[in-house]
Amino acid sequence: MQASVPIDRACRSWPGRFETNDAGAWGWNLYNFNFAPVLASWPDLLAGLETTLELSASAMAIGLVVSVILAAAKTSGPKPLRFVVDVYVEIIRNTPFLVQIFFIYFGLPSLGLRLTPTSAALLALVVNFSAYATEIIRAGIESIHLGQIEAGRALGLSGVQIFVYVILKPALRNVYPAMTSQFIYLMLTSSVVSAISAGDLAAAGNDIQSRTFASFEVYIVVTLIYLIMSVGFSAIFSAIERAVFNYPLGR
Amino acid sequence: MIRAFGWGEVLFIVWALRWTLALSAIAFIGGGICGLAVALARTSTSRALRLVTTGFIRLFQGTPLLMQLFLVYFGMSIFGLGIDPWAAAAVALSLHAAAFLAEIWRGCIEAIPPGQNEAATALGLTWGSRMRYVILPQAMKIAVAPTVGFLVQLVKGTSLAAIIGFTELTRSGQIISNATFQPFLVFSLVAGLYFVICWPLSFLASRLERRLARATAR
Repeated sequence: MQASVPIDRACRSWPGRFETNDAGAWGWNLYNFNFAPVLASWPDLLAGLETTLELSASAMAIGLVVSVILAAAKTSGPKPLRFVVDVYVEIIRNTPFLVQIFFIYFGLPSLGLRLTPTSAALLALVVNFSAYATEIIRAGIESIHLGQIEAGRALGLSGVQIFVYVILKPALRNVYPAMTSQFIYLMLTSSVVSAISAGDLAAAGNDIQSRTFASFEVYIVVTLIYLIMSVGFSAIFSAIERAVFNYPLGR
Repeated sequence: MIRAFGWGEVLFIVWALRWTLALSAIAFIGGGICGLAVALARTSTSRALRLVTTGFIRLFQGTPLLMQLFLVYFGMSIFGLGIDPWAAAAVALSLHAAAFLAEIWRGCIEAIPPGQNEAATALGLTWGSRMRYVILPQAMKIAVAPTVGFLVQLVKGTSLAAIIGFTELTRSGQIISNATFQPFLVFSLVAGLYFVICWPLSFLASRLERRLARATAR
């Protein structure tokens, strides 16, 4: 698919490569981008996109529940439990996601837990996300000072009112930005599950690549889709932030 | 034939650690040099420079590192540089590090009160001297903790080079796991080795952060 063109013209039309052309002359050969086979495989890309979104959303939903429990254990649990949560958080945050997913997908079957690629991917994403989310929620809980709760009590608020208006709402406001950027990070990290062929967007890219050999074009398209998703999500999240947390803070 | 998981295999994996460390070092140095340039351009007064560097940072922070690795890996062959996992991993991770370090350092540069820059300008210092003697020395103090924190992310990121076939720690684990059929042991060892590198760095980062918070709190 490479056309030989005179050097002076080709240099202006990159990318290409220096090599001997058909006529035997040393020169710059133009690379022809070929997006047609990639765009023709759009149903595969769409299916992969759906899996990526599903994996990220379910990992976030399950991970939030897990991390609220872990954060509660870490802030107010007994000492041995706090230590266990600490060990979990430190191990996950200090080892690569790729090794975690290999451990879960290839290592756990020897303990009798055999998972399909998709459930292994989901488990790995939940385990990974929960470790980071636990720290975020813990910071949110610790951002509420005891004095605020006492002030609420002094104003005669009920227990439920104190929890909702004094603890939950300000804590959510403090946690929200970190949590949403963690979600975008989770979505980008989920591309690594393609290493065990979990059928996500990156895995769809790998399949198309091995079928069409249009490697560069495939990954340009897939990367663009990821970019659109992260830019889109970050726009949606900040719109929600402006709508929900628009009341003034302090004086 | 299935190989036993003996000391030879353990040594093979531990020895592969040097490639993980080498790749991290190259990416950190390359990313540090580019990242400083991008951070300076990002905080400059030129609108065009700010626009271009913001785009660069957004692009690398908004796409998966794995895709960046693939694009550099396959892109290099298109540009006639041949297929070389070493070079591709080094270039991709350097660019990735450049974008993240630039964003971290931009924050540190902008944290220096504008009065410092104005006073230095009033004294007739050129942009270069202002940066070299006034802004950067102060920004560096704030930058140490988050930079060490990013180093952890970078060391973990080098594991993705295994997917394009660069034999570092994770890839050597895969090789041994395929030969010995002991994935549980092998990947525990690999994870343990990453932990041994990353955890002290994380610990150092949070200690530096606390120390800085104490020093600046009044």
